[in-house]
Amino acid sequence: MTDFLLELRSEEIPARMQARAREDLSKLFTAELAKAGIATSDIVTYATPRRLTLIARDLPLETAAVSEETKGPKTSAPPQALEGFLRKTGLTREQLIDRNGTLFAVTEKPGRATAAVLADAIPAIVRAFPWPKSMRWGDASASTESLRWVRPLQGIIALLGEEIVPFAIAGIASGAATLGHRFHHPYQITIGGAHDYVEKLRACHVIVDHDERATLIRDHAREAAAQAGLELIEDEGLVAENAGLTEWPIPLLGQFDPAFLDVPPEVIQLTARVNQKYFVCRGADGKLANAFVCTANIAAHDGGAKIVEGNRKVLAARLSDAKFFYDTDLKVPLEEQAEKLSKIVFHEKLGTVADKVDRVAKLARWLVEEGIILPGTGRGTSEAGGGGAPRSATPAENPLHPQPTADGPPPLAGEELADLAERAARLAKADLVTGMVGEFPELQGLMGGYYAAAQGEHPSVATAIRDHYKPVGQGDDVPTDPVTVAVSLADKLDSLFSFFAVGEKPTGSKDPFALRRAVLSVIALVIENDLRLPLNSAFAFGNSLVGRTLASMSISTYPLALRSFEDEYFEALDAGQPFERMPDLTYFSSYHDRQFDPAISAVIDQFRSALASPKVEASGLLDFFADRLKVQQREAGVRHDLIDAVFALGGEDDLVRLLARVHALQAFVTTEDGANLLAGYKRAANILKKEAPSAPIPEREGPGVGSPRGNAAPASDRPTPNPSLPGRGEEESLSYTPEPAETALMTALDSAEPRATAAITREDFAAAMAALASLRAPIDAFFDSVIVNDPDPAKRSARLALLERVRAAVHNVADFSRIEG
Amino acid sequence: MILTLHDYWSEHGCLILQPYDMEMGAGTFHTATTLRALGPKPWNAAFVQPCRRPTDGRYGENPNRLQHYYQYQVILKPSPANLQELYLGSLAAIGIDMLKHDIRFVEDDWESPTLGAWGLGWEVWCDGMEVTQFTYFQQMGGFDMKPVAGELTYGLERLAMYIQDKDSVYDLAFNDAGVTYGDVFLENEQEMSKWNFEIADTDSLFDQFRKHVAECENSLAAKLPIPAYEQAIKASHIFNLLQARGVISVAERQAYMGRVRDLAKGACAAWMDKHGWAA
Repeated sequence: MTDFLLELRSEEIPARMQARAREDLSKLFTAELAKAGIATSDIVTYATPRRLTLIARDLPLETAAVSEETKGPKTSAPPQALEGFLRKTGLTREQLIDRNGTLFAVTEKPGRATAAVLADAIPAIVRAFPWPKSMRWGDASASTESLRWVRPLQGIIALLGEEIVPFAIAGIASGAATLGHRFHHPYQITIGGAHDYVEKLRACHVIVDHDERATLIRDHAREAAAQAGLELIEDEGLVAENAGLTEWPIPLLGQFDPAFLDVPPEVIQLTARVNQKYFVCRGADGKLANAFVCTANIAAHDGGAKIVEGNRKVLAARLSDAKFFYDTDLKVPLEEQAEKLSKIVFHEKLGTVADKVDRVAKLARWLVEEGIILPGTGRGTSEAGGGGAPRSATPAENPLHPQPTADGPPPLAGEELADLAERAARLAKADLVTGMVGEFPELQGLMGGYYAAAQGEHPSVATAIRDHYKPVGQGDDVPTDPVTVAVSLADKLDSLFSFFAVGEKPTGSKDPFALRRAVLSVIALVIENDLRLPLNSAFAFGNSLVGRTLASMSISTYPLALRSFEDEYFEALDAGQPFERMPDLTYFSSYHDRQFDPAISAVIDQFRSALASPKVEASGLLDFFADRLKVQQREAGVRHDLIDAVFALGGEDDLVRLLARVHALQAFVTTEDGANLLAGYKRAANILKKEAPSAPIPEREGPGVGSPRGNAAPASDRPTPNPSLPGRGEEESLSYTPEPAETALMTALDSAEPRATAAITREDFAAAMAALASLRAPIDAFFDSVIVNDPDPAKRSARLALLERVRAAVHNVADFSRIEG
Repeated sequence: MILTLHDYWSEHGCLILQPYDMEMGAGTFHTATTLRALGPKPWNAAFVQPCRRPTDGRYGENPNRLQHYYQYQVILKPSPANLQELYLGSLAAIGIDMLKHDIRFVEDDWESPTLGAWGLGWEVWCDGMEVTQFTYFQQMGGFDMKPVAGELTYGLERLAMYIQDKDSVYDLAFNDAGVTYGDVFLENEQEMSKWNFEIADTDSLFDQFRKHVAECENSLAAKLPIPAYEQAIKASHIFNLLQARGVISVAERQAYMGRVRDLAKGACAAWMDKHGWAA
């Protein structure tokens, strides 16, 4: 047994790729050796910016001999078969073994030297290495077939024990030599083997183990801050990145001009982190201090004084840039910035960002005016609310930024809330044209919040501007301040309505406008804040706004004189009147005909039709919601088939109510009553399908179970029984004497139906389920003792009608045919 | 410093060239880089190139961001195996002590959407400041590099700040008689920043953009890659000015860049074609 050392030395490997590269190297090595029959158990990998290393311990010196058996023809087979087999195996008849009348060729494959296996395996691994991005270089790159590596490969150590495993990759021969630290020891070192590799390199200023470097950076950065009386703001991402950028890491503390602390702390932290990979520190007061910690890659002869000085200058320039943007931005009111949004195209089919802002503002106001978002929204509702996962009380992801306190400002009056929501929405996107967001797009929202606060906006408006992009992805904080909820919800709904309206729906893996995420965010906002959002009416309202944008865009292509009619048109629309005053255009045309070409009437006709048809369809949006809801609820353990079963009823567009129903349903179907009722329902549905194939199986376009505003479903919304079957109410005039089980079921239905309906009206879905549960025993008894398919057509059709009633009753709650199991 | 670099790279086999006499955003736009990087012929050259980046203007208020500055550019095709060592040798030649200053190769993949070009490499840091862009070109004008060229782009002002130990570019000594970089360029930065961001007539710029596009197409039709390429560079600069004026929206930006890219690619294709090099 012996150890194998592999070092692939290259020019600097990007820090972010090193961890993955180690894993890949280990995996590929294990797989290649396994192919040759060598099991590996003890593999260690290391990465530095300049080397990728693998040490495999306790490898055998050679692979085990293998005896391979190939089955041949039977002894009774014709001679041609035997000849063929001998040719294939290259053996003679005498060498074959006869086992119970069948011939076998046995070849003994001798063991292979492990060194030979490695000499084949390593080049194969290098050629197949899955770098996220790789390149060609040097003379060989005259052909595009030349070796690809993450950066030019410079040297290879391959030592089995102390012996070189000889091979060459792209002209680089394996050996035992490597280089030390780029500046401290830029000379060749000869490595003896796996046993002395790490220590020899350490002596040459290279810490091979990434974990050791990370620990060193973490500890020394902390220490450096502590020595200055500060606390390091921990950042594991930065630790890993700096470990990937150094072979001999030395954290050094420096300070910057405290005048920069006027700039928001997030900006300073982001500048230091993203651009310079520095840590920042907190003072005793908990606020950001004017200090940074950079990680050098050398133990400088002057103790790092020059390095700190140089880094201080760079940071000063960066912060000076940030301060320049911040100060410049502060001079321009957000309203003025917002005007520039009319020059930014939101989407070629959907007008400008200003158009979007206008829609979002109107939608946000509508959400408040319709009572969907109330002044009390989000205040302590999550305990009482619709099943959202409990959130941590302190959502502060950045300890530097004072989050609004839980109590916040006093509750707002409804009208005030509507005004604030509209105001916040109108300013929410203004920071997109500020210098700071131009430089750091990830600060969108946050900067708007700062600028709004600086210009004296209501605190809720500033918060809403800051947080209106939230929640971004699952696990992000869900806003609860009513103004923020209104703007955030309106923003996302508008994106959904408008992109669907112009047919830009996500397909497959393509979702360029992040609409799937938008739906998940809507769902999170609705559930977390227990909002009763009637999607259909929101959709109708939002769509009318989108229609307006589309009409405006089409109108904008008409002559200016005509465009002045646009406002009048929309005023008429707002007043709920069709725009009938267009005949004035006759006057218009006669007045202007000297300026317009003779085709003026055609232009006017087109204009008229552009105005008249701003209606847009956004089909499939509810389905899209249903799909996302299933994905989102899967994590919470909600069965997707149950969501289907409720959605299949159609008409339900209130997510909170829908989920309440699904939760009750999930609780019910797992009970014995539920499982049996489901079985009974399925039996009934099967019989109905078989006996009356033309009977309508209620589909989604079928009955509604709840109108958007929570009213009870009128009885006429029930499934329409097949006309060929006797309808309800005809049981009383049965032409025969019903059997006891039949009567019992009728009685049970008479009692259960109204109870279920009433329970649904008051949204007590558990009670509705309980009412249905009372049907279970009568249904079981009915199937036990009554034959549906009676020769007497009267009996048969009456019993089918009874089953139809059972099905309809169950469909009050959910379409049980969608439930699995 | 420029002379030292000229000597150094001349010794290492580079032709010493002069700047291209047109506004461009980077030395990479010089035909000695873009066009010469294409095709199989070895090519080693070094030159200074003044660069204009209208959006980087800071009215002379930022210590190291300028809308007009100088790059020192080295192009080596095929990329030599010891390119990193050669580069570090050039830093030593201009007086940087690498046991006192922290030199680092930090991942920075280079892409020029307007040239249809990309490469892998690093930004080289000296004590946290990016002083050089180090790139192995992989594609230019949409063509695979055969062979790959190595490109080094030094920020001359930044390096000088290190060597002279100055906090601001404007304090750099331009000679030994007390003339500073600020004396020479500060007014230029102030006025040009104002013009780039606030004054330049956008209608006229849009018009110029269209005319350069048309002229490029005209040159391509005449199978003249170099004039076509010059028009592409001009269009690219006009586009940068329009960006600085803030009149190009995010959505339009892609379309404009695509336009310039098509021109540059067209010129590169014409160049390849003229020399009979296959893609």
